[in-house]
Amino acid sequence: MTITEANPGYKGYKYVGTRLIRPDGLEKVTGKARFAADLNLAGQLHGAVVRSPHAHARIVSIDTSRAEAMPGVKSVITGDDFPSVDPGHRQYDMCVNIIARDKVFYEGHAVAAVAASTLEQARAAAAAVEVEYEALQAVLTIDEAMADDAPVLHSHMLTRGAEPPAEAPSNVASVTRFSGGDLEAGFAEADFVVEREFSTKPVHQGYIEPHACVADTGQDGHTTIWCSSQGHFNVRSSTATLLGWENTRIKVVPAEIGGGFGGKTTIYLEPLAAALSSQAGRPVKMVMTRSEVFRATGPAPCAKIRVKFGARSDGAIVAADAHLIYSNGAYQGAGGMLGAMTVFESYKIPNFAVEALDVVVNTARSAAYRAPAAPLTAFATETVLDEIAEELGIDAMDLRLKNAVKEGDPSTMGFPLARVGFAECLEAIRSHPHFSAPLGPNQGRGLAAGYWFNIGESSSAIVNLNEDGTATVVTGSPDIGGSRASMALMAAEELGIDPHDIRPVVGDTEAVGFTDITEGSRATFATGRAVVEACRNMVIELRGRAATMMEAEVGDIDWVDGHAVYTGDGDSEGKEPLSLAVIAGKAKRTGGPLTATGSLEAHGAGPSFTVHLCDVEVDPETGVVSIVRYTAAQDAGTAIHPSYVEGQIQGGVAQGVGWALNEEYIYDSDGVMENPGFLDYRVPVASDLPMIDAVIVEVPNPAHPYGVRGVGEAGIVPPIPAVANAIHSATGCRIRDLPMSPVRVLEAITAAGARANGG
Amino acid sequence: MRYESPTTVAEAVELLGSEPHARVYAGATDLIPQIRSGRPEPTVMVDLKHIDRLCAITSTAAGFTVGAAAPTADICADGALAAEFPGLVEASGLIGSDQIQNRSSWGGNLANASPAADTPPSLVANCARAVIAGPDGERTVLAAEVATGPGRTSLTPGEFIVEFELDRPPARTADAYLRLTPRTEMDIAVVGAAVRISLDAQGRVADAAVALGAVAPTVVRVADAEAALIGREPAGDALAAVEAAAAAAADPIDDKRGTVAYRRQVAGVLARRAVATAAERAAEPQRGDRP
Amino acid sequence: MTRVHVTCTINGDPAEFLCDGGQTLLDALRDEVGLTGVKEGCGTGDCGACSVMMDGRLLCSCLVLAAEAEGSDVSTVEGMASGDELHPLQQCFLEGAALQCGICTPGFLVAAEALLERNPDPTETEVRYALAGNLCRCTGYDKIVRSVMAAARSINAGAGSGH
Ligand SMILES: Cc1cc2nc3c(=O)[nH]c(=O)nc-3n(C[C@H](O)[C@H](O)[C@H](O)COP(=O)(O)OP(=O)(O)OC[C@H]3O[C@@H](n4cnc5c(N)ncnc54)[C@H](O)[C@@H]3O)c2cc1C
Ligand code: FES
Ligand code: FES
Repeated sequence: MTITEANPGYKGYKYVGTRLIRPDGLEKVTGKARFAADLNLAGQLHGAVVRSPHAHARIVSIDTSRAEAMPGVKSVITGDDFPSVDPGHRQYDMCVNIIARDKVFYEGHAVAAVAASTLEQARAAAAAVEVEYEALQAVLTIDEAMADDAPVLHSHMLTRGAEPPAEAPSNVASVTRFSGGDLEAGFAEADFVVEREFSTKPVHQGYIEPHACVADTGQDGHTTIWCSSQGHFNVRSSTATLLGWENTRIKVVPAEIGGGFGGKTTIYLEPLAAALSSQAGRPVKMVMTRSEVFRATGPAPCAKIRVKFGARSDGAIVAADAHLIYSNGAYQGAGGMLGAMTVFESYKIPNFAVEALDVVVNTARSAAYRAPAAPLTAFATETVLDEIAEELGIDAMDLRLKNAVKEGDPSTMGFPLARVGFAECLEAIRSHPHFSAPLGPNQGRGLAAGYWFNIGESSSAIVNLNEDGTATVVTGSPDIGGSRASMALMAAEELGIDPHDIRPVVGDTEAVGFTDITEGSRATFATGRAVVEACRNMVIELRGRAATMMEAEVGDIDWVDGHAVYTGDGDSEGKEPLSLAVIAGKAKRTGGPLTATGSLEAHGAGPSFTVHLCDVEVDPETGVVSIVRYTAAQDAGTAIHPSYVEGQIQGGVAQGVGWALNEEYIYDSDGVMENPGFLDYRVPVASDLPMIDAVIVEVPNPAHPYGVRGVGEAGIVPPIPAVANAIHSATGCRIRDLPMSPVRVLEAITAAGARANGG
Repeated sequence: MRYESPTTVAEAVELLGSEPHARVYAGATDLIPQIRSGRPEPTVMVDLKHIDRLCAITSTAAGFTVGAAAPTADICADGALAAEFPGLVEASGLIGSDQIQNRSSWGGNLANASPAADTPPSLVANCARAVIAGPDGERTVLAAEVATGPGRTSLTPGEFIVEFELDRPPARTADAYLRLTPRTEMDIAVVGAAVRISLDAQGRVADAAVALGAVAPTVVRVADAEAALIGREPAGDALAAVEAAAAAAADPIDDKRGTVAYRRQVAGVLARRAVATAAERAAEPQRGDRP
Repeated sequence: MTRVHVTCTINGDPAEFLCDGGQTLLDALRDEVGLTGVKEGCGTGDCGACSVMMDGRLLCSCLVLAAEAEGSDVSTVEGMASGDELHPLQQCFLEGAALQCGICTPGFLVAAEALLERNPDPTETEVRYALAGNLCRCTGYDKIVRSVMAAARSINAGAGSGH
């Protein structure tokens, strides 16, 4: 079959920047790609989890005898089957989240698991496990958690970072503070000061593939786990920690992953499946239902945010103060801290202070979700900036350009910024036709910017050249959005061979060096660097082999467009350029197989900035908001594969719009989730969205050989404020509580109407 | 769980008589999700789609007969039905996705007795009748009398709906259905409003039916709105009166899909808009005097 | 429990399988027949990942009992390509980068094929509404919608030139 590709190379690169058909694409359009739930092993059992019906309770007893006697049941486990874990342990929260010990902390918390011959038998047995609970008062909201008489969830939890140090346990897990300049003087200098409060609800990452795994423990205790995760090395170490095993006892094979967005950076099922399998001596498959995914896996934290900004009449922001409280669910999390690191990052503010609290409540333990915490701080900052612009009579775009950070400006934490593309993104939106297009009746336009810092971390790659001159590139980064295509392009550029001759694969934990989770928009940046490093090592080797073949000095051999080229002053007779394929074909005679590795701890990920422009139409009588036009400009450094950069931007926008308008966890008064399905947890459907015009801005990142900046996360940051600002532009109403559902929008419109009528 | 697919009404009646925990179904688009969420499993699943009468859509001199298990996709594809009952067909087309449409039925939508179901307000506004079969033979009741509360119906054990009957509408008559959902598709109504209007030759309202969904345990007929319309042009003050009457008639609850205040306010808005649309359609030339 | 013996046609070939009375077509296709291209995202009709065609109708196989497939003609994503020729939709999804993680892709392809059979030249709005029963959390739908429209053009161009 022929597969055509658009856009030949640009920027002087031959392959980087082209829209290669992704190497894993064919399997995915023909239904052959294996996701975790698609794997079945001979003799496999099916697992089911017993989950708490209470949001907060003490486990008095668990009786598994009836379940064990049921047909087909091969093993039943509870928290007692795992080594005890000390609250001081670094992974304590993860361990007791995966299987509760003496207390359950949210509805859906796993308390036991069963493996049986069929799924129906496993589910029936799970229902027969008798758990006696002593119900405790559930703490569901930030206010409840922080009330003076609030029940304390974790008796060992002393607030980290508290001044003076906390003496008694509370539901406040930590306090983070940053400040710079002189806040009081800053506000004194301001001509206009505005203070606003915001609140949000937990939302789910909403990946379409539920968590799934198959674990197979052999009689020697060695366990293989096939699973869907954003980081299989992390699955290995976390499973090992929970079971008290060594890492070498576990091999984790990454299946194709059906979306993660941060939610698959942590684990839930794998240790349970491994424990069941090792008890039963048979492979065990576990797949969550959608309802389990909603109730027991990572929503993103919700928050209460108060910000205060002071601006001079010329638009300069001179002071800003933020108080953030993030609710991270049942265990301590980093929402507040990440909020503190993002709330003021986009603007140069000489005097500022941030205080952020992380709080625990009786809802599912939160997990990372695309640019964690940043969409909520952007909601606050970017809507208040809009208000300041309105108040001062300055164009919202000009206000942002005036205050935007640029290279050399200090971050909140004091480090100077490297080269960034914020101003370029603002300009890209300003010059886009959307910016000046006319609006229809009941329509409004909102502008908002977003920032995400991105991370580097550890990555490994191996390049193996095959006898025929093709190459296999093995990395340890699960591919969640087309990263294999980008790896092939970078390797092709380095080696000078056609990317179709490169097979990029994701290696299991025994096939490639340690690689951190695919998170923080790091895969193309950090793992891409490891691939480039491996390729450059390969080129050194290839030049050496060519030198042998040409009987020349290696120093006289260059690597040009896939060929070893003799550049020395000597006689060039018999020293015609040798192609990679020719060198590879002769490898046996020049030193053996050609293989090279690259492993590194990548620094300098460099932040990604993005600017969004959103048009909405609001039905003033029903409060229904439609998104009618959307444009997003984002700095990608260099887009290795433009289609997948656009895809990341568009996907982030869609998720952000869902968060803005309709997505929310709804709990009843006992903390039971009322909408654990896609009918009532309303992610956007195709007819809810227009085309999303993704404008790629390229301000190369000096810390990457091709200038890459991570693009995976920043796209979700501006949509909430962009939608909020657009609703304000359409209706005159500022909404500061999420979601901006029809109910809430109509409430705001009605209240504004009443105020207007009342004088 | 056993699967049975009777091919006649009599066979189905007999099966239900012998199996107290058997359950009839058409599309299973309500039933399977309910079983998955932990509702008790029936012992026998009785598939009604192999009975010709239950899937047939027939046009008669008097009107239409629509099988209770006919997929709403077929209902929407029936041009003759859509021409005479545009609102009822619109309501049918709003259920779920294309995938759901190929399975969902009026019988299931009504017998499931969800207060938020989309077709019951239109069935009520059009005075549809349900033909019900059971151990004692067949009986015919108004569709309005089938649902008696959330999840509850007037069907007795062993009974099921065979088909719906719709009388051919008089001249200058048309219906409309509007619903409010936060998303454009794949959502359950927060409020639904079905209206049927008959105009006289002068363009005044001769007859009106206004029915609301999702604002009470069952469909609400808004008598005050209907009274406010009769004899008047469907515009201006009459529409304002409809809005106020519908808002007042709504008796909703706060739940995960909406609040009392919101539902009241929007019930009025949708009723008003649906009246305007139905009246506009009723005035279309092809709905003029019939021979 | 006695199992139901189902004889039907799957992707053009005669097929037989055993299923439980309460088993869904989704589970039977995946677990009894081995067609794991049919995905489960929700099991309740909300995501469309399990979309299949049965007797010419697009369905969520998670809401169909497997026993209902007796005598029917079922097709799944695995049957879309003919030989080594991809279906134009598959081809356009690849070229248009209409998939990121790819879990939703089989369902979208089957639903889009059903759409184009019914409406060979849909507008953007028609595509969006027709595919509203298929959730994609990765792409924001942009590239999916464009790819479906590109496939429609490619099929129509092919038909026009007499292929
Ligand atoms: C994703 C999704 C979206 C949906 N969207 C909507 C929507 O927008 N609007 C809406 O109104 N509904 C919606 N629904 C609900 C459902 O699709 C409709 O209620 C549909 O009309 C039910 O028809 P069915 O044939 O599938 O019912 P079934 O599930 O087959 O049956 C439902 C109930 O009715 C009983 N029953 C079925 N047929 C008969 C009969 N002939 N006589 C007596 N009892 C009978 C069954 O025993 C069962 O209790 C949605 C469902 C899903 C899964
Ligand atoms: S799995 Fe069938 S619709 Fe989601
Ligand atoms: S590509 Fe991941 S859900 Fe669609």
